[in-house]
Amino acid sequence: MSVLALALVVLLPAASGVSLCLAGPRARAAAIPVSLTTATATAALAVVVAVTRPALEIPFIAGAPLGLGVDGLSALVLPVVAIVTLLVLMFAAVEGTESPERFHGLMLIFAAAVAVTVTATTLPALLFAWEIMGAMSWALIGFQWRDDRRVQAGLVAFTMTRAGDLGLYLAAGAALVGGTGLTLADLPAASSPWRDVIAAGIIAAALGKAAQLPFSSWLSRAMEGPSTVSALLHSAAMVAMGGYLLLRVAPLLEVTGWAGTTVAWIGALTALLLGAVAVAQRDLKQLLAASTAAQLGFVVLAAGVGSIAGGAGYLVAHASTKALLFLVAGAWLAALGTKQLSALRGAARRWPLVGVLFTVGALSLAGIAPLSLWALKDELLAVALQTSPALYMVGLTAAALSAIYSGKALFIVWGRADDATEAGYDDEQPGTRHIGRWERIPLVVLATGAALLGILALPPVSEPLKATLGEAGTATPSVIELAGSAVLALAMLALVAIGLRRGVPQPAWAVNWLGLEKAVHVVIVRPTLVLSEALARFDDNILDRGLHRTARAGIFVGSRAARADERGVDGAVEGLARQLRGLGTLARRPQTGKIHQYYAQITIALAAVFALILLVR
Amino acid sequence: MLSVVVFLPVLAAIVLAAVPRITDAAARWIWLVVTLVDLALVVGLWLAYRDPGAGNLAFEEQVPWIPNVGSTYHLGVDGLSLPLVALTALIFVVCAVFVLRATDRPRSQAALFLFLQTSSLGVFAAQDLILFFVFFDLSIVGMYFVIAGWGHGNAARSALKFFLYTFLGSLALLVGFIGLYLGSAAKTFDMVELASNPPFGDQPVVGGLVLAAVFVGLAIKTPTFPFHTWLPPAHTDAPAIGSVVLASILLKMGTYGFVRIAMPMLPDAWRDWAWFVVVIGIISVLYGALVALAQTDFKRMIAYTSVNHMGYVILAVGAAGVVSDSAAQARQVAVTGAVVQMVSHGLITGALFLIAGVLHDRKGNYDIDSYGGLAAPAPRYAAVFGIAAFASLGLPGFSGFIAEFQIFAGSIGTVPLAALALPGILITAALFLRALQRMLTGETRGLSVGFRDLDRREILAIAPLLLFAVIIGIAPRFLLDIIEPASSTIVDLVSR
Repeated sequence: MSVLALALVVLLPAASGVSLCLAGPRARAAAIPVSLTTATATAALAVVVAVTRPALEIPFIAGAPLGLGVDGLSALVLPVVAIVTLLVLMFAAVEGTESPERFHGLMLIFAAAVAVTVTATTLPALLFAWEIMGAMSWALIGFQWRDDRRVQAGLVAFTMTRAGDLGLYLAAGAALVGGTGLTLADLPAASSPWRDVIAAGIIAAALGKAAQLPFSSWLSRAMEGPSTVSALLHSAAMVAMGGYLLLRVAPLLEVTGWAGTTVAWIGALTALLLGAVAVAQRDLKQLLAASTAAQLGFVVLAAGVGSIAGGAGYLVAHASTKALLFLVAGAWLAALGTKQLSALRGAARRWPLVGVLFTVGALSLAGIAPLSLWALKDELLAVALQTSPALYMVGLTAAALSAIYSGKALFIVWGRADDATEAGYDDEQPGTRHIGRWERIPLVVLATGAALLGILALPPVSEPLKATLGEAGTATPSVIELAGSAVLALAMLALVAIGLRRGVPQPAWAVNWLGLEKAVHVVIVRPTLVLSEALARFDDNILDRGLHRTARAGIFVGSRAARADERGVDGAVEGLARQLRGLGTLARRPQTGKIHQYYAQITIALAAVFALILLVR
Repeated sequence: MLSVVVFLPVLAAIVLAAVPRITDAAARWIWLVVTLVDLALVVGLWLAYRDPGAGNLAFEEQVPWIPNVGSTYHLGVDGLSLPLVALTALIFVVCAVFVLRATDRPRSQAALFLFLQTSSLGVFAAQDLILFFVFFDLSIVGMYFVIAGWGHGNAARSALKFFLYTFLGSLALLVGFIGLYLGSAAKTFDMVELASNPPFGDQPVVGGLVLAAVFVGLAIKTPTFPFHTWLPPAHTDAPAIGSVVLASILLKMGTYGFVRIAMPMLPDAWRDWAWFVVVIGIISVLYGALVALAQTDFKRMIAYTSVNHMGYVILAVGAAGVVSDSAAQARQVAVTGAVVQMVSHGLITGALFLIAGVLHDRKGNYDIDSYGGLAAPAPRYAAVFGIAAFASLGLPGFSGFIAEFQIFAGSIGTVPLAALALPGILITAALFLRALQRMLTGETRGLSVGFRDLDRREILAIAPLLLFAVIIGIAPRFLLDIIEPASSTIVDLVSR
């Protein structure tokens, strides 16, 4: 029964989504009812399987079934992702989009892929869903396909994340030769060099999806997509799945010796550098995107140091927080036609409830006590401190940056709008100057999550959670650490409040996302295109023309041979004939017809034969 | 029964060719019905098929043919050939559907394609090298007339190039076959016999030379780098359904030859040269993808992606020859992936060439940049195009993923060097998404203005191909259950 529920968590959204997409405009009226019913049922089923913990295997390729199962980690993450999905779809339904059947269809297929990713127990199942998430991301970023820029952004997102995904193919090969099979839980037992290859492959895939360094720039481009897509894919679900995968394979990272440390440092540096990027952004969605990469840096850091409960808690709390912030950004974008921070001045005052909800999210993001991200961040940083004080310091600095960029957004939207502000309206699209009542319902639920999910860090909750996640012997934050980080966050907010009047520093390297996109272009895209053009010319001008030249040479040799045949062979034959004719003439000479001459010839010949016989004997 | 499946189409072809009174409409419908009947028979075979076990065949038929050279009329199928026989039957139905309204000499076209169908089915069912060679060559002859007679652009020249190049390949193949005959203990052309008692076990030089002849013959047909240059012009100038048969069926004759002839009959030489094959595979994958990326003609682009996709097959069969102790399972996975890739490429590339054919039917132009924003006037076309593109770039949920995942997992598991080919799937993704973006999205411009959307007949032709690609992609067991025992046999035969 519960196995059926697990299958339905995947099949229900998949079937509804595919049906909506295939039916096309005919299903326009049915799109929203189907979508919301499906998402509601899926969320309910997700809660059911989180309690019952079923597992199932479907035969797939030889020795590697598609395995799905719910364990402690997925029991925590699956329901949260399913509920966030439902809330985002509710918001999208109220907000309205063009082609709702296509939008909701793609989002539901995406939801099915996320469900598989979260519950996958084997590499084929993981990779299967992993790449479908990527394809849906492509389709949803470029949802408004008449705009080339958006479609191009989808292409960048898909190819960059797929570059990381190649690691999963590599890992699958290494797992086959490493002798453990393709079950995720068995991977740490692979034989030595292969274990490292598996870990490296999985890390590449995870960093790509989680927009960690050096892959971060695709997330910036992905902001071309609708805000609801950003809320689900580029914060709560798909990007988060990168961090989730690392949490899932944390035992593998630990057993290799190098992988855990590497991952932890990549996470910490992403949190730090993308935090700085977020501080410098002038566009609210770009700020939130950089913040997403930075916040997932904390999750990645947690996976690297083995703070599974802290990382998982942070993941779900961030999902709720960031989905809320993106939806509010989307609501303001629809109402005011802009996402430029300068034009959003006073947006919170204009719609106070939405403003308050945004504030809850932003304060949580800033790490203000007692909202959710505050204590959870300290929980994972405590484990980092156990590993390396340097890692802790980098993490703490990154936390301070979170407070700074959250504060920046917060103070701007609560500022007072002036004429310059209004001049910035409608730079992206014509605004409606309206935020619907029903749009606020999902925001309230998400804000509640952003505020309260911190309970996952409270010892009465966190201790059992750690036990179910198999995490043992890791540090818990001391009161000093908790109080210290709370004070740090407040201090940073105060700093921003003072500093904002003079303007927050916006160095060019931070504004343009560390120049990552340009670097990718210069180092990979450009050379590949040049090589491809060169090879195409080689193919046409050398390989194919060489073939023609060979053919022509063949014809040339043939004609020469023909000429040689006429002059040489034929000539030789004729020459031979001439010679033979000469010989014939010569041979005819003795035939004189005179008997006495014949006798003389016979006598000479016989004498010669006689002499020969004598000599031979 | 197998003979009926193979020869039914050519019998119909003879009738069509011999009775001039048959009207065009009747010819088209006769063609469709015959292909449907043949497909139904193949479905029957599929349902009745039980794995015959190593070294045996299902639905075997053998009668004396040319006894003085040890050649018999010998047909049979196993897990390697049955999927390709089924693919062939399906592809020819799809072709008949696609041109159901065509007006250009339908009676001759129907007869020619039915002839081509028999020769294609014959290649996959033949179990005697002479018989195989006869069908192999007839398919080249048939395709020559398809391109020359119904092609466009520089059709005569492309057809001649195709014919001369692949015919040269088949001559190399013939040399190899004669070598196998001379080397065999029993002086036979029988493929089962040759596979069970492979010649040249103790003559690595002669075995290597015979393999070289067979390899060149098959590599030209497949085609692999550097023998692929006949493919792009042949595709560009062939009619849509000619391209479909060429890409979906004729290319498979090359790759099928590797698993059916080269590997089991020359195991020692194959092991000796497996590294070389792997390298050729990797080069084909990367080269095909990179050159495809630079193309501006949609059909040429698809042609080069075929070089890339067939490169995966070569990579996998090469890796299967690199024998090591630990990787038996990996090698089997690689060979299974290679066979799935043959079927998958047949389905997906067939669909892509029909999609290209629609461009030609509407606007007579394959230039990518002449289109743009097609999704607005032709949403169904855009949807089908997008699905086929994602299928071809190996997205999970489609057959290409099942093939490529197994090929990569199995090959990397045997030869870690195979990981060098991984960027191939990334470049393919980029080039397909770029083509989608240039042709389908953005403002409607150029030739896209007034582009008529797919009609029911066109959807009816393209949809089955994509449907099967999805079925294999989601529930591959029905296919893998048939292929896996055969690929395990091949791996055993190669490691003898």
